[in-house]
Amino acid sequence: MGKLKKDIFKIDKTIIKSRLIVGTGKYKNFKQTAEAIKMSGADMVTVAVRRVNILDKKKPILTDYLNPKKIIYLPNTAGCFTSSDALRTLRLAREMGGWKLVKLEVLGDKKTLYPNMIETIKSTKILVKEGFKVMVYCTDDPLLAKKLEDYGASAIMPLASPIGSGLGLQNKVNIALIIKQSKVPVIVDAGIGTASDATVAMEMGCDGVLVNSAIAQAKNPLLMAKAFKNAVMSGRESFLAGRMKKNFFAIPSSPTKGII
Amino acid sequence: MAKIQLNGKKITIKPKSSVLDILKRYKLDSRKLAIECNGFIIPRTNLKKTILKENDKLEVVHFIGGG
Repeated sequence: MGKLKKDIFKIDKTIIKSRLIVGTGKYKNFKQTAEAIKMSGADMVTVAVRRVNILDKKKPILTDYLNPKKIIYLPNTAGCFTSSDALRTLRLAREMGGWKLVKLEVLGDKKTLYPNMIETIKSTKILVKEGFKVMVYCTDDPLLAKKLEDYGASAIMPLASPIGSGLGLQNKVNIALIIKQSKVPVIVDAGIGTASDATVAMEMGCDGVLVNSAIAQAKNPLLMAKAFKNAVMSGRESFLAGRMKKNFFAIPSSPTKGII
Repeated sequence: MAKIQLNGKKITIKPKSSVLDILKRYKLDSRKLAIECNGFIIPRTNLKKTILKENDKLEVVHFIGGG
């Protein structure tokens, strides 16, 4: 177990205890959000930037339930379809609390919420120049993933399948190629449907997974949060342990010598 | 009196109101927010000295749940 203790997960200079990063959207209420996050063991959560509801002052706010001093807030640009919108959002996020580690996502199509890689690359370059540490939601194209790394992305976040689809890992070959070539952490983001999807991603050698809908939309989100915590840990340990070689034919587990 | 837009809604403010005055009027805690005026971020230290004028567009944002 000595080796596992040194298994540190670091994005830029931030050490993250849990390789499961969770989203904070789609829950019944903030109470459930906070409880699910606790069960998941995640110490980094994604958050969105939106207008304050000025008319309803009593409306509960996220920071009352999730203390940004105790949990790492990862501001995202969900809902942004242009580079300028994404940049505006992240600059506001930085103003709010000094967040430099951010998640960039620039969407290209409302139906698939597929990343617009042209705008994403453009935004990455600018944000890196402005001193942001950018974790980038992207397609599973190894060439574009490499470009993002070259332009200074702090983490590569390819989709498993479309956001909120729950379809799981649809292109393992590409994800494997990205893992193999990347020097920065690779975090599978979007499309994870159930705990075993997360295990598979981790066993392949992903550095982490980002999950929101699969937990929030489960029949029992708190139990699913726990399932994901275990799934990610299992997958990581399995990856570190190194799986056995595959064989085409059976090899008996019991000695053949001394059979009666 | 001057008319400005606050998060897309038209509101009337007293002349020479600062951004901080508006936040106070709506009981908003500046430590949990970020503010933009006409597309430019107003640093927290400048909220008091930023005086609003007719047709200014103020955006007040905060963090909400998201994936």
